[in-house]
Amino acid sequence: MADRDTDALTGIETTGHEWDGIKELNNPLPRWWLYLFYATIIWSIGYFIVYPAWPTLSTYSKGVIGYSSRAELDRHMEEVKASRSAWLERFEAASVDDIVGDTELLQYAMAGGRTIFADNCAPCHGAGGAGAKEYPILADDDWIWGGTPEAIYTTLLYGIRSGHDDALESEMLRFGEDEILEPAQIEAVADYVLSLSGNGAASEEGQEIFLEQCVACHGEDGTGVADFGGPNLTDGIWLYGGSREAVISQINAPRHGVMPAWIDRLDDVSIKQVSVYVHALGGGE
Amino acid sequence: MNHRILERNVILLAVAILLTVAIGGLVQLVPLYTMEVTIEEVEGVRPYTPLELAGRNIYVREGCYLCHSQQIRPFRDEVERYGHYSLAAESMYDHPFQWGSKRTGPDLARVGGKYSNEWHVAHLIAPRSLVPETVMPAYPFLAEKELKFDDAADHLRTLRMVGVPYTDEQIENALDDIANQANGEEFDPDALLERYPKAVIGDFDGDPERVTEMDALVAYLQMLGTLVDFTAVQPEQLYR
Repeated sequence: MADRDTDALTGIETTGHEWDGIKELNNPLPRWWLYLFYATIIWSIGYFIVYPAWPTLSTYSKGVIGYSSRAELDRHMEEVKASRSAWLERFEAASVDDIVGDTELLQYAMAGGRTIFADNCAPCHGAGGAGAKEYPILADDDWIWGGTPEAIYTTLLYGIRSGHDDALESEMLRFGEDEILEPAQIEAVADYVLSLSGNGAASEEGQEIFLEQCVACHGEDGTGVADFGGPNLTDGIWLYGGSREAVISQINAPRHGVMPAWIDRLDDVSIKQVSVYVHALGGGE
Repeated sequence: MNHRILERNVILLAVAILLTVAIGGLVQLVPLYTMEVTIEEVEGVRPYTPLELAGRNIYVREGCYLCHSQQIRPFRDEVERYGHYSLAAESMYDHPFQWGSKRTGPDLARVGGKYSNEWHVAHLIAPRSLVPETVMPAYPFLAEKELKFDDAADHLRTLRMVGVPYTDEQIENALDDIANQANGEEFDPDALLERYPKAVIGDFDGDPERVTEMDALVAYLQMLGTLVDFTAVQPEQLYR
C-alpha cells in the first residue's frame, strides 16, 4: 500500500480502510497475547513429539511415550483388580454357600451384588427384586428353579431357555393347542389348580386329570418340583396371572419366559455376588 | 501477496478458500482411508442380515440414537457397566454409524443377549410396565405394523456400493432370509447361519403369522455387540 496514513490525534498508523470518514487504527496485538500465542505453538510441537499425532499414509506417529488410551484403560483395570485382589481371591475360592456363611464376605457380596443387580437384573425383575408380570418376584420365597444359593447361582450362570448348552429347560405341554385335553377338561383342571391355593372348589375330574397330567412337574400336592422348573401352584403367586382365564390360557398354550445366561457376560465373582444378593432379598432357601 | 487482488475478485477468493479448506480436510480425512490401523483386525464382524438391517433402519427412523449411543468408551466406569469397549471394526459396516456420548438411555453397543426377546417387546410397547422410572417413549405400533421388506435386496445392493461386502448369494436370498430369520419354521437355518454367522433366529415378537417391525428391531437389538469373541483377541492387538 503506497499511501501510509497516520491518525492525527493518536499518531498511530491506520489500516487505510475508510467507511464514511471513519478509519480503523492499526494497533499491534498486545504483547502478552502474542507471546502466549507463540508459546502454545511451541507447546504443540512438544505434544506432537510426545503423544500420537501425525497421520502418515499407512499408520501414524506413535509418540515417544507410546501412549494409548486403551492400554491405559487396561493398566487402570489391572490396578483396580490388584486393589481388590485380596477379596477377589477369597471369592474365587469360596462357593456361594461359603459366602452366605461368612459374614465378612457376605457384606462385601451384598454391596457388590446390589450394583450388579441394578444394572443387569432390575430391568426384568424390578428394583429390589419386586418382579413384574411375567418376570418372577425374587423377594419372596417362591422359587421356580430352587432358591438355595447354589440353585440361584446355577440359574444365573446358564439362564433359563437361554440357548446356552447348560441352560435350565422346561416346557409345559400345550394341552389345548395340541389337543391333549378337551376344553372341558382344561376348565376342570384349571378349577382344580385354583382350588389348590384356596380359590373356589374343584371337581373330582379336575383332580384326576391333574394327577394324570401335571404331577410330574408340579408335584402330587401341586407344590412344584424345582429340579424340573415346575412352579408351585399352591401359594397363590402366579407368573402369568391367577385369574381363571389366565390359568386356562396357560394350560391351553403355555407361555415360557427366557432368562439370559450370564456366564459369558459377567465374571464369576460378580455372578457369585449377585447370587448371594438375590438369595438375601427375602426368601432364600 | 497483495490482498487487494484477492479481496476484490470474488471468484479468485472462492477458489482460494476452497483450496485452503481442502488442504485441511484432506490432511485429516485421507489418512483414515489408507491407514491400516484404523480398523482393528478381529474375527467375527459380518454385514447385517437383511432382517437386522431392516431393524436398524427402524432404529434410525425412530431416532433411537438421540437417546442411546452405541459406543462404549475405554473408561473404567463404561467397561464395568457395559462390557468391552467398542471397536472401530464393530461399526465398519454401519451406514450411518451410531456412535455418540449423548445418553439419556443406556448405551446399547452390547445389549445383544442381555435381555430376552419377550422383554424387548414388552419394554418397547410399554417401557414403564417393566422399568417404572424410565422416560423412554412407547412404541406400541411397531408390533402392529407389518414390515415392508420387498426392497430388502436393494438395501443390500446399495450398501454394497458403499463398500459393505454383501455377496451375490446374500442379495439373492435377502427376501427369504428376512422371512426365515423372523418366523421361519420349515427352512434350513444352517444356510442362513453360513451366510450370517451368529445370527439370532426366532419369532422375536411372539407373532408367528407375520413379520412385523418389532421382529426386525428386536433382531437388530439382539445382535448388537455379539459378533466379536473377545476371549480370542489379545488386548495388545487393539492398542491404538
